[in-house]
Formats: sequence, C-alpha cells, structure tokens
Amino acid sequence: MANRISDETIEYVGILAKLELSDSEKEAAKADMEKMLDYIDTLNELDTTGIEPMSHVFDVSNVFREDIVTNGDDREEMLANAPQHTEDSFKVPRTIG
Amino acid sequence: MTKQYETVIGLEVHIELATKTKIFCGCSTEFGGAPNTHTCPVCTGMPGSLPVLNKQVVEYAMALGLAANCKITQVCKFDRKNYFYPDNPQNYQISQLYLPIARDGYVEIETGTGKKKVRIHEMHMEEDAGKLIHDEWDDTSMVDYNRSGVPLVEIVSEPDMRSADEVIAYLEKLRMIAQYLGVSDCKLQEGSMRADVNLSVREAGTEEFGTRTEMKNLNSFKAIAHAIEGERERQIELLEAGKEVVQETRRWDDNKEHSYAMRSKEDAQDYRYFPEPDLVPIVISDEWIAQVKARQPELRTEKLERYKKEFDIPQYDAEIITESKKMADLFEATTEICGKPKKVANWLMVETFRLMKDHGMEAEDLTFSPANLAKLIDLVDAGTINSSVAKKVFEKVFAEDVDPEKYVEENGLKMVNDEGALRETIEKVIEANPQAVADYKGGKEKALGALMGQTMRAMKGKANPGIVSQMLREMLQE
Repeated sequence: MANRISDETIEYVGILAKLELSDSEKEAAKADMEKMLDYIDTLNELDTTGIEPMSHVFDVSNVFREDIVTNGDDREEMLANAPQHTEDSFKVPRTIG
Repeated sequence: MTKQYETVIGLEVHIELATKTKIFCGCSTEFGGAPNTHTCPVCTGMPGSLPVLNKQVVEYAMALGLAANCKITQVCKFDRKNYFYPDNPQNYQISQLYLPIARDGYVEIETGTGKKKVRIHEMHMEEDAGKLIHDEWDDTSMVDYNRSGVPLVEIVSEPDMRSADEVIAYLEKLRMIAQYLGVSDCKLQEGSMRADVNLSVREAGTEEFGTRTEMKNLNSFKAIAHAIEGERERQIELLEAGKEVVQETRRWDDNKEHSYAMRSKEDAQDYRYFPEPDLVPIVISDEWIAQVKARQPELRTEKLERYKKEFDIPQYDAEIITESKKMADLFEATTEICGKPKKVANWLMVETFRLMKDHGMEAEDLTFSPANLAKLIDLVDAGTINSSVAKKVFEKVFAEDVDPEKYVEENGLKMVNDEGALRETIEKVIEANPQAVADYKGGKEKALGALMGQTMRAMKGKANPGIVSQMLREMLQE
C-alpha cells in the first residue's frame, strides 16, 4: 500500500495528456493518483483466478449497423463549433509530425 | 566490405476496406468529396457522440483473415490508442491491440528464388485519420475529416522477408487476395493500400536480429524497392564503421530517394491503450465463420485450374489473366458471350495490356464492356473487318466503350471483298507502277509488297489482305 508518485512520473503523465500543471496542481494530482493506485491495490487483494477479464460492464455483444449511408452533407453544422474554420475546413495551428 | 549481410524485413500493411460507409457511422466513404462533406458528430469526435460498428467491416476483415489462413478471434474487441494530432479529432484512434480479429496465418509468395511462406502475425480493424493540408504562408493547417473513420485492416507480418523482391511479391499477393475478395481496390497511389517497412540487417548465418528501423510514406512498389535498398545500405555502412543502428521511424522522400529520421525510440509515443468503453465485444460464432467461408469467392489458384480445364487456354495465358480479378472477370464475361476463350485471352493480353501501358492504367481502371469486346471478336471472325482495322476499332472500344458494330457501320470500315472494286483499284496500281511490275516479273518477290501496300492504301486499309495478294498475283500473270 501507500503508493508514491514521483515528480518524473507526474511530469511524464502531464506531457502525455498535454497538460501544463502548476506546482500546486502537480502536488494535488500526485495525491489523487496515489489514492487511485491504493484502491487498485485493494482490488488486487481479491483472488480472481479463473475469472474472465471484463472489458465492459454490460452483458451485451454484437451491436452492429448495416452498411447503409444515412448521413448527408452536414458540413456547416460540423464546422459551426470549431474555434477556427474556413469555408470548407477546420483550421488548426500549423502541425507537421 | 568482407562480411556478408542478410536483410530482415517485416511489413505493416494498411488496407482500406471498400465499404459504403465508415466503420462507426453512416457517413459515405466515397473518395474525392469536397472537404468535410462526409462528416458527422461521430467521425469529427464531438463530445457525447457514440460509435456503432459497421457489420460489413467485421465480415470483410474475417474474409481477409480466412483467405490468409489465419485463426479468427472469436471473442474480439476494440481498444483506444491515445495520441494528440489534429488528423485525429477524438485524440484517440479506435483500434485493436489485445484481441485482434485474426491471428497466426500465412500467405505463399513466389519470386525468382522460389516459393516461400510469409507468416501473418495478426490482422486488426481500425479507423483511418483525416487529412491535413499545411498552409505555407498562414502558419495554419486545414483539416478535412472525410477520411476520418474510413475502415482499415492492418496486416502485420512476421519478419520473414529477406529482399525487396520478396516484399513486392508479398504485397502483390495481399493485393490480389483483397481484390479477389472484393474487400478493397488496394490502390497504392490513392492510399487505399499503404505499407510500413520494418528493416534490420544482420551478419549472414547469425540468428539474432539486428536493431530495426521503420520506414513510412511508401506509396509505390518502386518507392518500396528503393527505400529497402537504401536503408539496407545505410545500416550496413553504419555497422561497417563500427557504429550502431538507432531504433527509429524514418520517412521516405520519394523525390530525393532518401529517408529521414522522424522520431527515435527515446521520444517514441506512449499510446496508453485501454479497452474501448463505447463499443461492446464482438462474439463470432462457428456458424458465422462458416457463412463467411461459404461466401468466399474463387481465389486465383482455383481459377487457374478451372481456366485450363474449362477453357483449354495455356497456363501462361491463364496466369496473366488471373493476375487481377478485374481482368479475370472481363475474360469470363466476354467468353460467356462469344464462346471464344483463346481469342478473348489474346485481345486482353496483347491489345488491352498495350493500351493500359500507354495510358498508365491498371486493370481496375478498365471501363469497356465485355459485350463490345465480344462483338469486335465476332466482326473479325465473320470477315466483316480485317485485323488492322479491328485494332483501331478496339482503341475506340477501350477508350469510350463504343459499340463496334455501329462504329464500323458509321465509319465505313467494313472490309471490301467486292472483286469488282478491288480489280479496278489493282488495275490502276499496276498502271501507275510499271517499274515495280517489271521488277516482280523479273523475279523480285519483294516488289509485290510495294504493290500490296499501294493497293491497301488506295482501299483505305479496308481490303482483305489475303484476297488482295491473291488477286494481285493473278492479275500480274495476265
């Protein structure tokens, strides 16, 4: 028990989530993550031998749609919420990867 | 350089599936629409929107898996692959990591050095990303999400290939399977088939793999072959100089014929995969697999055998024609109409391939109808047109799918078998060419060719060459 999150880990998790955290936010996030990991440790105390891992809480499978076009051109509506857009495209800061 | 090196190559191939709609929404997958006209809240990643899986995607992926001798994963699910890039509006790609749709298969390839099996590690279903267009002046990028959510199957091979030849043979095999199944058109130029090449070198005879690099952005067989040669040389040079190969992703620049490091292992992305909570598991019953199996069309090997038996055409012809599904379909449909398999095969293998090459086309781009090719063959057989006229008419059929009967009629291309008209023309030619006539009579057989040529020209190419030659000889005897 009592998991510790290092400064490096919180820095790395921040980078992955594209979050800029202040020092006090980092400390708060560390405390939250430590609590979460402690809870996982509690779960790990259970003996789960022979139990299938579950990826979904509902006992439902095979929900499909047929391959039929149901959507038309709704561009105006789609672009409406974008912070920046041109007549036909979403506009974002120049990105090259 | 004294050491011998072996190249070890594995491939990740993305195939875009030929469904009508996207993988998780009812938007059209049609290529080339105006930007963002095929989008909805799901494929633009609007908060609160929910994906629903297209059943056809599962069936196409199963068909590919079965054709490549894979085991179908009967309880299969999707996972989230997290990364931030504007071509991906949700900030995650829905893919499969833990339970991909198919595993442990192989395809057989053939190269100059013989046959071999390339093992398939796995195949998984995933969604394509959008397209970014960078504005050079404005420091912004425009995003078009028409491709976002188009279904892909990624096929991951084992590192079983040893040369560019084997890689090309493997890709051609996958393309052929996908086209025969009708699950994708696999056009490298349009991006409906894409390959990432993982390559390492090792000293010949050693077991251990060298450090590998991954090359992206390869969109033609030629680029793939060049990139493999270039990367092999680059890695060997490093090793010979006592340096190490760095594990990294490299981007191939086809214009400069050179690859550049994109990112190294140090800043490799951590995708933090986890089970996709918005999609329920897929449970594939034995019955469902059997149904998909029963629907599998005849693949090339079976077609080859049947062509030789049913149509009695040579092995070579059958091989050329079955190289693409489209060509095989044209052959069967045309033969069905005119009942002359060998002649159909000849028209496809000679004139069709010649024109395709002239126009830089692939079999998939052909638009002429079997009915019109069949008519053309019948016109030649009936002696209505001669073979050189037929070639010209075929160019029209090839380009515009004209009705050859009408075209021949409207342009007055019928072969002239009318002896009266021919006799008149030949008389004029003989009169106008006393020297050639004297030469022929003096024993120069060649002189006949010149007279033939003049007669055919005078008849605008529409005379029956056999009859012209016979009549010329007779009339020169007189």
